[in-house]
Formats: sequence, structure tokens, C-alpha cells
Amino acid sequence: MKVKVTVNGTVYERDVEPRTLLAYFLREACALTGTHVGCDTSSCGCCVVVMDGDRAVKSCTMFAVQADGHEILTVEGMAAGATLHPLQQAFWDQHGLQCGYCTPGMMLASYALLKHNPTPNEAQIREGLAGNLCRCTGYQNIVKAVQQAAGAIAQPAGAAR
Amino acid sequence: MIPAAFDYLRAHSPDEAFAHLQKHGADARVLAGGQSLIPAMRFRLARPAVLVDINDVRDLDYVRVSGGTLAIGAIARDVAIERASWIGERRWTLLHDVSRVVADPVVRQTGTVVGSLCHNDPAGDWTAAALAARAEVVVRGKAGPRTVPIDTFLVDSFTTAVSEGEIALEARFPIADERTAGSYQKVERKVGDFATAAAAVQVSLNADGSIKTAGIALSAAGPCAVRVDEAEKLLVGHKPTADLIRAAGEAASKRSAPQGDLRGSVQYKKNLAGVLVARGLRQALGRLGVKV
Repeated sequence: MKVKVTVNGTVYERDVEPRTLLAYFLREACALTGTHVGCDTSSCGCCVVVMDGDRAVKSCTMFAVQADGHEILTVEGMAAGATLHPLQQAFWDQHGLQCGYCTPGMMLASYALLKHNPTPNEAQIREGLAGNLCRCTGYQNIVKAVQQAAGAIAQPAGAAR
Repeated sequence: MIPAAFDYLRAHSPDEAFAHLQKHGADARVLAGGQSLIPAMRFRLARPAVLVDINDVRDLDYVRVSGGTLAIGAIARDVAIERASWIGERRWTLLHDVSRVVADPVVRQTGTVVGSLCHNDPAGDWTAAALAARAEVVVRGKAGPRTVPIDTFLVDSFTTAVSEGEIALEARFPIADERTAGSYQKVERKVGDFATAAAAVQVSLNADGSIKTAGIALSAAGPCAVRVDEAEKLLVGHKPTADLIRAAGEAASKRSAPQGDLRGSVQYKKNLAGVLVARGLRQALGRLGVKV
């Protein structure tokens, strides 16, 4: 089946089987391997991407054909050239990652969270990320990173977007 | 795992979806949120030959008040309930509670209320809530749309009143009167796990403080969500007391017929069901300003 999916602003036209999951479409058909597959059973949140600007979806639990005609944001599309997205910068600054495997999913789930609630408190961040698992258990710094990013997005300073 | 191969059809209107389903009958499944169906397909527990995707049927993406009911369209996401402007009202506290504990926050951005009712998982959340709130489901069949009370809609595990070639279009929750509150109590090992036990409670009070209506339902307590009508009968017409709440909890424990598994033994889950009903009643009454 022919699909046309806009990923990070680039249109990808590919021929896929309907059963191809979005996660594998991104990784294998688009060669965007920043989207990680953790549990493969919708439990861990490593594969989260953002669909149509503000909705976090688990790409292991959606078919690529469902994304036909839609826009997907993956971790590769977050930075503007050499300038990291405020979430990426915050994860860097706050040591919001250890092994890094859960990080793309954490950042994209946070991205959608901040779209709907630009000023979440700590409890709201913890609730909002409850579907994303970090096996390094680095949650404290992940929460701090999202808090920093929320502040940076709300009040951009200097070169930050 | 990768699902078995299937043909994908995308519908743009309820009519188009219905036509696809009529054509493919038992081979076809509706794909709404897919948050239960796709994992089931990945485990090859479900192998539909045809998927009819209704996510582009914008006409079914609504949560609105009409004709004395709250109508939830077939592709309204769980999160639409969580974000609804009226969700803070006391009469909607049951739905409010449920909307915050279904699966996990990312799944709730795609999963749908109607899809969850149609999936009819033994441990579903919306099914128990629908029983307690006495919801109905609008099902379109060959003879046109019909409205099915939730008690007859939920037939058995993963089985509903939606037959081959039919589609559920809308869930309807009656708008309860002002002195109504609810509560959803769920114990789960971690966010996103199936409930160990869960209880949905909704009560409304008469002006004299006696209980006017009561809805009590359990999840993860049998083949599908179950109404504890013994508890409802105990409550209606009486003023809430600690003894009455204890009796309602005991009725729920008795009615609960869970399966023992890693989450707990049968006896543990039966006890828990009673505890959760009692807690739910106390919280719902507390929300009505009644301390028991």
C-alpha cells in the first residue's frame, strides 16, 4: 500500500504492508532510528512520537498506514539545526538520561504534555510521564529536565526557541 | 510480534464505515484507537482479515451534551473526557476519576471510550463505569441505529451486542441530577497494568439525605464488568451509614468472581472488591458533603 507520511517536515512516500507498525516504518523505511522499540507491547513508551503536532502516540501500537497523510515528529526533528530543542537542552543540562534508551520517548511524551499544559507542576509531569519507563530509574532528573524545558519554552531567553 | 496480514480500509464517514463492515462481515474489525486491538493482533490473539479504520470519520469525534445525555462519539479519545470543560462538576466525578486511570497518559491520547466498551475486556475501566452510570450504546445495524442498554451490551469477555457487520457509533451517559457524585477506585500494580480489582460507584441523594439512586459495578471480577445489584438495592431508599456501606462492600465481595493470578489470589481480589466499593461509596458521599 502506498503511503505518504510527513516526518519532521520531510515527505516520505513508501510502499508498505498494512501490518507494518509505525515504529518499524520510521526505523526501517525512513531510516530514522532515533525512535526506539523497547517492550514492543505498548508498555514502556520508548517508541513515543508526536502525531499532528500535539498528540503523543506509541508508534509500536499504530500502523504506518494510519499515519498516511499525517505529520509525525520524531526525536530527529526536534532540534533546529545546531540548536537543541529546549527539551533536549534540558535533558542535557539536568542529566535527564543515563543509558538514553528511553530518552526519545520521554522527550516526545513531554513535548505533547507541554503543548497541552505549558506550566505543569511536578506532580503533573510525573503523572504525564507515567506511561514512560526508564529502566535506569533516572526519573528525578527527567522530571527536573521537563521543569527546566517548560520554563525555557514559556520564557525563551537568548537563542532558545 | 508482527500481526498477521490484513487489508486496510479507511472510512471517511459513518456510512462508508458501515458499508465496508456490511461487505466484509465477520472478517472485518473496526479500528478506532486500536490500543487494545493492535496489541491483540501483535500477539495473534486477533487476526482480522480486514481493518476498517474510522479515525478519519471526523463526524464521530465529539463529546457533547444533547437530549439529557452526554454523548461520546466512536473516535472521541479518552483524553477528551479528561480535558472536558465540565469534568470538574460533581455529577461527573465518576467519569473524571476513570479518565485519569485508564491505561497510561500516552495510550489515553489515542484510545477511545467507545472502543473500550466494544473491546469489553474483563478488566476494562469504561465498562464498569458505564454500568454504574447506566450508560447506553448506539449500535448501527442493518435495520438502522438502535440504542442498547449497557447491561445487555456487555455480553461476555470480549463480546458485545455489536454483531457482524455492525458498528457502535456512540456511548450515552445520562446526565445525573445535581445531588449526584461518583468515584472510581482501581488498584493496579503499575500504571498501565490491568486492574487487580476496580470498583465504579455513582450515587444520588434525595433532599432528605437518603439515597435516591445507586450504581455499583466491578471490573476484573469476572468474565466482564459486573453490576452488583444486591448492593444497589441495599442502598436505595436509605440514609448512608457505616453499616450500610459495609453491607454494600460485602455484597460486592460476594458477587466478585475473579481469577487468581500474579496480581492476587481469588480470596484477596474478592476482599479487595468489597474494600474498593466501600471506599468508593465513602468518597462519592464525601463529594456530596456527607461524611460516613
